[in-house]
Amino acid sequence: MTAIWEILISASFWAAAIRIASPLIFATLGELICERAGVLNLGIEGIMVIGAFAGWMAVYGGMSLWGGVGVAFLAGAAFGLLQGLLTVPFGLSQHVVGLGITLLATSTSYYAYRLALPEVTSPPKIEPFQNWEIPFLSEIPLLGPALFSQTPLTYAAFGCAIAVSVVLWRTPLGLALRAAGENPAAVEAQGLSVTALRMGAVIFGSGLMAVGGAFLTLSAFSSFFFEMVNGRGWICIALVVFGAWRPGKAVLVAVLFAAFDALQIRLQQTPVGAVVPYQVFLMLPYVLSILALIVMARRAEVPAALMVPYNKGER
Amino acid sequence: MTPTEGPAGEVVLRLDGITKRFGGLVANDAISLTLRAGEVVALLGENGAGKTTLMNILFGHYLADQGSVTVFGKPLPPGQPRAALQAGVGMVHQHFTLADNLTVLENIRLGTEPLLSFRGAGAARARVLALAQDFGLAVHPDARLGSLSVGERQRIEILKALYRNARILILDEPTAVLTPQESDALFATLKKATARGLSIIFISHKLQEVMAVADRCIVLRQGRVVGEVETRGTSRAGLAAMMVGETLAEAKVAPGPGGPVRLRLAEVSAPGLHRVSLELRGGTITGLAGVSGNGQAALADLIGGALAPLSGRIEVDGNRPSGAWTPQAAIGAGVGRIPEDRHKTGTVADFTLAENTALETYRSRFARRGVMDWRAVRAHARAVIDGYDVRCEGPDQRIRLLSGGNMQKLILGRVMEEAPGILIANQPVRGLDVGAIAYVHARLVAARDAGAAVLLISEDLDEITGLSDVIHVISAGRLSRGFARGELTQAGIGLLMAGQGFEHAA
Repeated sequence: MTAIWEILISASFWAAAIRIASPLIFATLGELICERAGVLNLGIEGIMVIGAFAGWMAVYGGMSLWGGVGVAFLAGAAFGLLQGLLTVPFGLSQHVVGLGITLLATSTSYYAYRLALPEVTSPPKIEPFQNWEIPFLSEIPLLGPALFSQTPLTYAAFGCAIAVSVVLWRTPLGLALRAAGENPAAVEAQGLSVTALRMGAVIFGSGLMAVGGAFLTLSAFSSFFFEMVNGRGWICIALVVFGAWRPGKAVLVAVLFAAFDALQIRLQQTPVGAVVPYQVFLMLPYVLSILALIVMARRAEVPAALMVPYNKGER
Repeated sequence: MTPTEGPAGEVVLRLDGITKRFGGLVANDAISLTLRAGEVVALLGENGAGKTTLMNILFGHYLADQGSVTVFGKPLPPGQPRAALQAGVGMVHQHFTLADNLTVLENIRLGTEPLLSFRGAGAARARVLALAQDFGLAVHPDARLGSLSVGERQRIEILKALYRNARILILDEPTAVLTPQESDALFATLKKATARGLSIIFISHKLQEVMAVADRCIVLRQGRVVGEVETRGTSRAGLAAMMVGETLAEAKVAPGPGGPVRLRLAEVSAPGLHRVSLELRGGTITGLAGVSGNGQAALADLIGGALAPLSGRIEVDGNRPSGAWTPQAAIGAGVGRIPEDRHKTGTVADFTLAENTALETYRSRFARRGVMDWRAVRAHARAVIDGYDVRCEGPDQRIRLLSGGNMQKLILGRVMEEAPGILIANQPVRGLDVGAIAYVHARLVAARDAGAAVLLISEDLDEITGLSDVIHVISAGRLSRGFARGELTQAGIGLLMAGQGFEHAA
């Protein structure tokens, strides 16, 4: 027990948790926007892969790091456009389209990587985002190193959460978007286009997911390799539910999940880790996710029109 | 038509000679009406009389073939849904366009501000509260809509219209979903609104409501204005008589051969029905007339086994059913049904024609040792398609793609092929064109001549009087005695439809 306690009060542990949470926050916010508008975007896993690849490739090709983030966003938005076209105006099954997008985006990334770098055996590196210590704030004990000594992309993730929250709850656009996910007929009755709102949400949300993917190559690691997204997209789908479709809560549960992830890595290095197989520790965050889902998802208010295609004129 | 003087001022809305055809069906036939400031005009008419079509034209959802709409002296451009809203016409639909997970304030504000703007909720909240106070509508702006009752939701819909500066309110059967207390509260709100100079069109088929709230009443029948009266100068019976028309339609077919009693209801009560006694004889078409929503659906469900009686006795061919009265028991006893809503309860939209023809009989006829015999189902479907003139690609087409008339013919064929001894035809021709109507009617008469006991339920009196050998009138869940052909007068049927002249008044 003391081992756990020591981990929990160390600044490096929380710094790691925040770092691990950052890509999850981007992608969860992206998914949240899509679902608030009524579209379940199962393309998330693949869109994170394409974001990780496109962002890294752009920087490797000579672009600035922020340029890479921009390229990642656009690549994600492009796949979002495809996802949106198939599910919104065409009204196809959101599950099937999403899984298809994930397969397509993932294999496109791997294929393009092999095409661009056919000879490479060990993944080449780029110069990733460096930690950016915020003056004064980073000197606060425990909190400082954990929160205010991160890369700019992590700060952007939290800034993004605030922005999404403001737009969704403080602007007419956000209201219209949420209404599109609750009762599209009510939106259409006001002369607004459900199709435009949902398409916009899916395209922008997919862009954010891709930035989440790009965090992995541009901030957390310095190179792109296969399987690096490793199910993070699927976790974000669950995080949207734990977060009850609210950006603030979503950030909170993303950090919580990341903390468990960081904890299990450290637990593997304690004496307990010598006895228990490491796979058990790897399982830990997911087991806790399922438990959290059972407890929290019951009370959540699911967007009423989530996964319901809207056809104008149909009742 | 001479415009009737309303209680108040200038004309705010004028519909002039609106005509709308759907194929061979004339939904609106040169309809004109005027609405004055501070006035409540009731639009009275049965389902299919053209009320909804007229309102859809006003709101630009349909384009009228002829005629014009003028709001506050300015012509309304046709076919533009936003135009009516912007001109100050607000509509409260029967099915609310509200989102459960949003708050009251959010529901009201939706779509009223430019999308890309930041504006606090303060001004909107103040405005909603002020309007609510003015019109005596109690609301909590931050309550989640899903936690509100139906009556409260309707208030939000009215507030929504007022928030958009509506000066003309159109309420489409607003009391259909309300309790009597909620209806009274609604009427009080409408009085407040007209006192402030708003004008209201009140669509309804409930006579007593029309008498209670409207200053003037326009009666529609089969797409035409058949009468216009001040409610002060008339009565419920008077309105019913207008709905019925000048004269009752003559019987179009020869009398049926008659026969023994196939089904008898004796003093049966059920939810929506009050001590109903009815005999359905073989070789006879029994017509059920009445204003819709007075227990027709319950009676059809009762005979079809979908509704269990609370008291009273059901007899089939003189015997009480041995077990519980369920749809299976009813089918077993030879009851065939043409359901009221062919989309909701008559067919499964994404099933093929063949599958749809086997829906009621798949176990008894088309299964061998628990395995479906699809070849037999298809052959059967082909027989129905050929025998009943169903225009389609074949038995493997999905029924969703059929027109209403062809869908109805398939349903008709499905039930007729079972040669039912008792046939419940609930609104069998609603929404069909003239040709399909004649076809369905001819088949019903043929079934009667072959000895079936047919119960024809319709809101169209001409259909009832044209086909029926015996007519009952239903009102508020009570059934009149049976009247032979020609025995009922226009005035008599109007009184019964208005709920007067029943022997067992409760």
